[in-house]
Amino acid sequence: MQFTDWIVDARNIVFLVIALAMIGAAVMVVTSRNVIHAALMLVVALAGSAALFLMLGAEFVAWTMILVYIGAVIVLFLFGIMITRAPTKADPVRLDHKRRWPAIFVALGTFATMATVTTMAFEDAPLPEGVSRAADIGQVLFERFVIPFEVVSFVLLAALIGGIVLARKDPE
Amino acid sequence: MIVNQFLVLAALLFSIGIYGVLVRRNAVLVLLSIELMLTAVNINLVAFGQYLQDALVSGQVFALFVITIAAAEVGIGLAIVILIFRNRASANVDELDLLKW
Repeated sequence: MQFTDWIVDARNIVFLVIALAMIGAAVMVVTSRNVIHAALMLVVALAGSAALFLMLGAEFVAWTMILVYIGAVIVLFLFGIMITRAPTKADPVRLDHKRRWPAIFVALGTFATMATVTTMAFEDAPLPEGVSRAADIGQVLFERFVIPFEVVSFVLLAALIGGIVLARKDPE
Repeated sequence: MIVNQFLVLAALLFSIGIYGVLVRRNAVLVLLSIELMLTAVNINLVAFGQYLQDALVSGQVFALFVITIAAAEVGIGLAIVILIFRNRASANVDELDLLKW
């Protein structure tokens, strides 16, 4: 498919805008010299992915993404940044390793491999339409996937207890 | 919309996350980069779920599981980082060389 054929669809323009915003925010997350800025740029990237979920018709996942990630996880990260007293002002020396080129090489190699494989496998396969409602997901989650669901809730409980045990001060 | 545009975007986000994990020294920033990689995986799962149109919305259900596990992972990871910071007064991953000769 030619790019000119692809871009005429209005949804693809929306996709392109969201994708560019996400990529820019993601690059800022890994290159920003300010820790707080990196965490806040992650919010943009995650909001972009929630928008992509809406485009894919996955409403419930999109809103869960916003609630759990942007609402809770980012706040946790900001707590972690403040407690560990990471340098919150621009500090070019301490945040990155000096040897960047191996990391760039690995990242580009990974991207080239994955993009080539998916392009060869799917080429222009169109994406079907359709929106899955939250009711459908709830139905499936509590019938077919009920045991994995309970296991995940147990993992959350274990993580909760583990977090408390790890982070509290010794009583003595 | 074709399915490959989502897959390529997810691959790009995953690669950026790998770069961040490899190049960052601060443990909190390494965790941030891991979140980027998990988001890329979620995009893949939901895109494949929509592409395959299965009756059990498995792609989205597994994306929900990944989100839950990621939240647990951040909680535990930050608790460990705080503990390390308390003991070593530093959260830089290259200074944690207790197990190295």
